[in-house]
Amino acid sequence: MAGHMNITLKVWRQKNANTKGKLVSYDAKDVSPDMSFLEMIDEVNEVLIKKGEEAIAFDHDCREGICGMCSMVIDGRPHGPKEGITTCQLHMRSFKDGDTITIEPWRAKGFPVVKDLVVDRSAFDRIIQAGGYISVNTGVTIDANAIAISKQDSDKAFDAATCIGCGACVAACKNASAMLFLSAKVSQLSLLPQGHPERKSRVENMLQQMEDEGFGNCSNTGACSVECPKEISQEHIARLNREFIAAKASSENV
Amino acid sequence: MKLDSKIPEGPIGEKWTKHKFKLKLVNPANRRKYDIIVVGTGLAGSSAAASLGEMGYNVKAFCFQDSPRRAHSIAAQGGINSAKNYRNDGDSVYRLFYDTVKGGDYRAREANVHRLAEVSVNIIDQCVAQGVPFAREYGGLLDNRSFGGAQVARTFYARGQTGQQLLLGAYSALERQVNEGTVKQYTRHEMLDVVTVDGVARGIVTRDLVTGEIESHSAHAVLLCTGGYGNVFYLSTNAQGCNVTAAWRAHKKGALFGNPCFTQIHPTCIPVSGDHQSKLTLMSESLRNDGRVWVPAKVGDKRLASEIPESERDYFLERKYPSFGNLVPRDVASRNAKEMCDLGKGVGASGLAVYLDFADSIKRLGEDAVRAKYGNLFDMYAQITGENPYKTPMRIYPAVHYTMGGLWVDYNLSTTVKGLYALGEANFSDHGANRLGASALMQGLADGYFVIPSTLSDYLAEIGPKAIDATHPAFAEAVKAVKDRTNKFLAINGTKTANEYHKELGKIMWEYCGMARNEAGLKKAQKMIQELRADFWKNLKVTGEAGELNTTLERAGRVADFLELGELMVVDALNRNESCGGHFREEYQTDENEAQRDDDNYAYVAAWEYKGDNQPEELHKEALVFENVKLTQRSYK
Repeated sequence: MAGHMNITLKVWRQKNANTKGKLVSYDAKDVSPDMSFLEMIDEVNEVLIKKGEEAIAFDHDCREGICGMCSMVIDGRPHGPKEGITTCQLHMRSFKDGDTITIEPWRAKGFPVVKDLVVDRSAFDRIIQAGGYISVNTGVTIDANAIAISKQDSDKAFDAATCIGCGACVAACKNASAMLFLSAKVSQLSLLPQGHPERKSRVENMLQQMEDEGFGNCSNTGACSVECPKEISQEHIARLNREFIAAKASSENV
Repeated sequence: MKLDSKIPEGPIGEKWTKHKFKLKLVNPANRRKYDIIVVGTGLAGSSAAASLGEMGYNVKAFCFQDSPRRAHSIAAQGGINSAKNYRNDGDSVYRLFYDTVKGGDYRAREANVHRLAEVSVNIIDQCVAQGVPFAREYGGLLDNRSFGGAQVARTFYARGQTGQQLLLGAYSALERQVNEGTVKQYTRHEMLDVVTVDGVARGIVTRDLVTGEIESHSAHAVLLCTGGYGNVFYLSTNAQGCNVTAAWRAHKKGALFGNPCFTQIHPTCIPVSGDHQSKLTLMSESLRNDGRVWVPAKVGDKRLASEIPESERDYFLERKYPSFGNLVPRDVASRNAKEMCDLGKGVGASGLAVYLDFADSIKRLGEDAVRAKYGNLFDMYAQITGENPYKTPMRIYPAVHYTMGGLWVDYNLSTTVKGLYALGEANFSDHGANRLGASALMQGLADGYFVIPSTLSDYLAEIGPKAIDATHPAFAEAVKAVKDRTNKFLAINGTKTANEYHKELGKIMWEYCGMARNEAGLKKAQKMIQELRADFWKNLKVTGEAGELNTTLERAGRVADFLELGELMVVDALNRNESCGGHFREEYQTDENEAQRDDDNYAYVAAWEYKGDNQPEELHKEALVFENVKLTQRSYK
């Protein structure tokens, strides 16, 4: 059909966590520019299954850029060549006939490969478990409008809260640091009065957990924000650092 | 089987309060002796697991995704309703209750809906306390907007990402309990069966999606918070992983399925672009606050939108429904869009779309103001279609979005299997034949935060804390049955993929059991589904192995269950000889083409009982009694 493309894929195939992987070439034929990137891989998988081969395993779910499940390094960039979107929102009209595309999993010590393009991101859950919440039980009786929060702070907290926990920040970072992910939660909760009672212990415990999980430290290159599909700003890392210094200055954990 | 809805006695406004007082409690020191399984970690599951953990119960929470935060509640855009009346525009618990029963075209249970409206005010308090960043005004207080089917502004929102923010709130509460040790979380685990002992739910069977291991888990109670089954249509706004398997397995173990044919087709989705399409993307209903829906007045007018003068456009919703205009409920908006396209007035290459035009709003408010309100939605539209919605009107078409039907539950959210509960979209109870916008988030959180903690305790107190015997042969039998089925998928070794069967099923469902249905079409569809299902078990191809991460195998299991559910939906639609809400039978319409209910014969919940493979299911009826809301022909004119 007019406008359709033929593309060569080089895809990371790895049977499981204990085996070595390698890049394998596949042809993606007759690709419509209206297809999403994941739909293109769906079609490749259909062909593979029919040939009796195993489908390429990859994580995906909502396919509208909000669940944070999809995770591919496309030609060296997490979530592909376009900024401000996830892999599932990338469309084939961003590529051209004859292109060769390399697809790899997130690579980081904290995100071990499970199979092919699927990695284990449970470390992010454990970082949240270390303090990414406000300790409030169900059954609050304070009226929601009892606390006024300036629109400015509320909007900033929202900007941080849009993090989808995909891990692109880690995949983009040369130190595989999870600092942008961490800072998004710390920043959201420190900007809101409800989050103040636990602000010191929160930042200390979450940072400790990040270290324990094998993520590196932040060296302020800013690659994370560039690759973040929600464009979470470096400002939040700065706020995290301020929170951390303030916590340390008065910490009881010394 | 006799259905007992267990609706409490007394005036509507006192039922829940009195009922809560009568429910038995479990002493805090005894709670840790009880094990509770929660399947699914969306709004209903996360909020239930967190709340029960906080109370001191021993909770196991399961999800098939890699983290509880991925559940599809995350994708809800527009907002959450609550009867706070912060706008002083005449809202109240009673009005929210009334609007919801009316919006559901009088096929919901009054008592459940009133309770939902009552606890709606607590939900907002809870979420704000958790740090959910709802939209605020410059004075620092919470903002609201209006949504379809209501004439008050009672919808709380967080830009176009309300579901995400609410889910992350519930997820953070859940992770806090994991840290406290009250909840153990099982990610990448899919529930494949319920274990029942003497008809009582005692556990579940799961497959570890990474290792392929099939194992059983025992508990005093099992809560299914597994969402809806819109993916039976193949194309829907649901996530790829959304499926009916947990609910369907429960159904086959004795849980009745309520109103399976009640499906919500959302009016504002991005139209289908080709056969490769794997899902449809919703554009929030909030867009109808400022966008105007129109088609060319003349049939077959193929000019560009910009070339069609004002006088040759038909703003059909404003014309037909002057008082609600573009904000009519979803079923009405969807059906009208279809009607326009059927008349040949559809736009775009396929002719299966109508315009949603923001030109007037941009003129009135300025492009920046429109961007501030809907920027992320406009970006999403541009990304998917390659068109700029600030310059040309959006093209939209209805798509499957939500299923009002689900497992039948009583007032306590118990299914017909003792010890087995269903919460959120997985149950049938609150939305009747049509759900109003911003009510799904409300129901998921109401069930999880505020209803189940009370009603479940009553059951647990009744059965006592004696440990469940996990060595009972029923566990091993259920595990074996799941293993056999898994191996069967791999052994068929035919020529067609699960995806191909799914696509074919979806086409049948959309064509004959979608926005408009009729007797002949439904009968045809039933036969087609039976044939497709038989072929599936003969000609399916699944590659890979059972003992590893195998997405092809996962898909096969889900499609197998959809192939059974699809037939039940068709049977239910055939049985209901009336039109109501999202269920539109072409034979039953008013002179003005509106849904024509038959309250004398169909004011009941159709609850279906499984009777064995390839056997007709048995219909049970729960009569709906309306003591407060007056049944009328819904009018949004």
